[in-house]
Amino acid sequence: MKIHIKNGRLIDPANGIDAPKDICIASGKILAVTEPGKKPKGFSANKTIDAAGLVVAPGLVDLSARLREPGYEYKATLESEMQAAVQGGVTSLVCPPDTDPVLDEPGLVEMLKHRAKNLNQANVYPLGALTVGLKGESLTEMAELTEAGCIGFSQAAEPIVDTQVLLRAMQYAKTFGFSIWLRPQDACLGRGIAHSGPVASRLGLSGIPVIAETIALHTIFELVRQTGARVHLCRMSSAAGLELVQKAKKEGLPVTCDVGAHHIHLTDEDIGYFDANARMLPPLRSENDRKAIGKGLLDGTIDVICSDHTPVDDDEKLLPFGEATPGATGLELLLSLSLKWADEYVKPASQRLSHALARITSDAARIAGLHGGQLSVGSAADLCLFDPKARWKVEAGALASQGKHTPFLGHEMTGRVQATIVAGHLAFDRGLK
Amino acid sequence: MLPNPQLNQHGELQHLLTIEGLPKEVLTHILDTAASFVSVSDREVKKVPLLRGKSVFNLFFENSTRTRTTFEIAAKRLSADVINLNIAASSTSKGESLLDTIDNLTAMQADMFVVRHAQSGAPFLIAKHLRDTGREHVHVVNAGDGRHAHPTQGLLDMYTIRHYKHDFTKLKVAIVGDVLHSRVARSDIHALVTLGVPEVRVIGPHTLLASNLEQMGVRVFTDMNQGLKGVDAIIMLRLQNERMNGALLPSAQEYFKSYGLTPERLALAKPDAIVMHPGPMNRGVEIDSAVADGSQAVILPQVTYGIAVRMAVMGILGGS
Repeated sequence: MKIHIKNGRLIDPANGIDAPKDICIASGKILAVTEPGKKPKGFSANKTIDAAGLVVAPGLVDLSARLREPGYEYKATLESEMQAAVQGGVTSLVCPPDTDPVLDEPGLVEMLKHRAKNLNQANVYPLGALTVGLKGESLTEMAELTEAGCIGFSQAAEPIVDTQVLLRAMQYAKTFGFSIWLRPQDACLGRGIAHSGPVASRLGLSGIPVIAETIALHTIFELVRQTGARVHLCRMSSAAGLELVQKAKKEGLPVTCDVGAHHIHLTDEDIGYFDANARMLPPLRSENDRKAIGKGLLDGTIDVICSDHTPVDDDEKLLPFGEATPGATGLELLLSLSLKWADEYVKPASQRLSHALARITSDAARIAGLHGGQLSVGSAADLCLFDPKARWKVEAGALASQGKHTPFLGHEMTGRVQATIVAGHLAFDRGLK
Repeated sequence: MLPNPQLNQHGELQHLLTIEGLPKEVLTHILDTAASFVSVSDREVKKVPLLRGKSVFNLFFENSTRTRTTFEIAAKRLSADVINLNIAASSTSKGESLLDTIDNLTAMQADMFVVRHAQSGAPFLIAKHLRDTGREHVHVVNAGDGRHAHPTQGLLDMYTIRHYKHDFTKLKVAIVGDVLHSRVARSDIHALVTLGVPEVRVIGPHTLLASNLEQMGVRVFTDMNQGLKGVDAIIMLRLQNERMNGALLPSAQEYFKSYGLTPERLALAKPDAIVMHPGPMNRGVEIDSAVADGSQAVILPQVTYGIAVRMAVMGILGGS
């Protein structure tokens, strides 16, 4: 399949390109990036896409999307979530190991990779469990799991209580150069259900204090100093936590971090009258924290925006706030929520798209150790074509994901994916010219 | 700001879920209505026909004898049919979800649910579900949800304070004890602030005080003696057994030593200060028997007014 994409505005943050360019795709790879109207000699496309008015960008790389397989097929299936990915312009996604059984054995990882590959949609990169069963007791076979396709090791939302185990895990991972992905949250202080603050106090919800994050960060940074292990911090939530990350980066520790797209825009006030759609892990925090997240993305403290896609079914969401399962659907909102961040924080306006895209393409790929997230000649032809001005309304019925719960239900979004190309084939087409 | 889910489009009370956000006029109207019902209880025939033919379901997902009984008496005095469901021991243990239970009972033509639930916000979920499914005519009364709210208790406390002190705008009121876990404290604070009490104090050790309480309009004291100085009313909170020995408090004895209301401490308040307690009391833990049985205690009148206040709430919601 040879595809010629013409008349688009090509934005490739990895290569510093934001200009009208055409792209030629052949054999699943990018063959050429040319001036408008030009193409390599002898190239004749089977399909020509008129991308006038559209941005042609690298396919998005999402550092956290729960596909719910194996074990939670009632919440979502690989089919539904992979469709959601390409509808959201996501061509590579990293999935956490908190499935049932958890991804702690090579066979499970191979099966997941195999099932995903057969669907021929987005590329799936699993994180292996750092400890067996995510129990925080014994290490998994990290080398075997890496061979099976894991790109890093994580405890998902289960913090390790025993610091000795975490130290050993880092020492072992460092030995082989594996990266560890940790959500910084103290196991005991993190037991509440909403951000400790005026909203939780008023609503009578047990609190998760900011120190649940900062204490965990202090521990992690000490262990990184000790072991030299490379750690990616998942889902930062607080201003105080980001201050620590900034210092750690300045010090030269091998750490990176991401934030969930919801936390850039929402605060604990959005819980309103106990809206379970606003129940998240980590919890939505204060306006001050939200602003620090927005700024942290701008100054490089935060490397990446991820969707933290978590499909939850009605039975687990239509419950009193404290009993509802945390999390929201996100794959199909990632692009719009990232553009919304740039609209609020990035100046001048002409750089907004490239800034937003860097956070969800090249920066994400770099942290996950993937080759994607860029449009260099010779790299895999993973692309996302979107209309940066198109407005759309978030409606449960229109989402491909089986997870229909999001605090943005009924909200207007800007930026709509028109087509997604994975390894040179058109995986999603909303109606191209 | 979100629309208040308790009010209908005409600004009338549709449900009673929390005191927060209710205008002063609504609270005063409930208290005035309650005053007209107090005498009903003294009559030989203790009934008015306001809710005749209506079905009130007492849905208690958490055990309670006292509150359920007062709601039952109040509904019966309004001539309603009352059905008590102790769900802590039935449906949910069979795996039925909260909203399934509501759907089933609505199909039995319920007119009003009186709900107690261990989770903060559960009555809001029920009210939203009824609205989303076009059954706004069914009313919800929150009889206590988690740590969040116990609005009828808050209202009966206001009734009691008004009865003895008349004017809210000159008072100092202290709430003492486990504020962190107390739905009564939250409802009292909202009510007192709304009704214009200039100084609302909360008193307790840091382990039993929620964060950012000042933002609810109160002054926070950790020293009982200081906090009680010159107050007109003292609302003692119940200390749950499970909180007495553990990481929150070392022992009931030590708690009593620091925060128990003794005659000596009561003497720090105004000479005519009243002492309130939502019950059931732990004598010797939060309150000395000499105070609980003393001349300043209005704990039993609170119970009596509680019935009138619940009649007023149910009458206003269901009587229209």
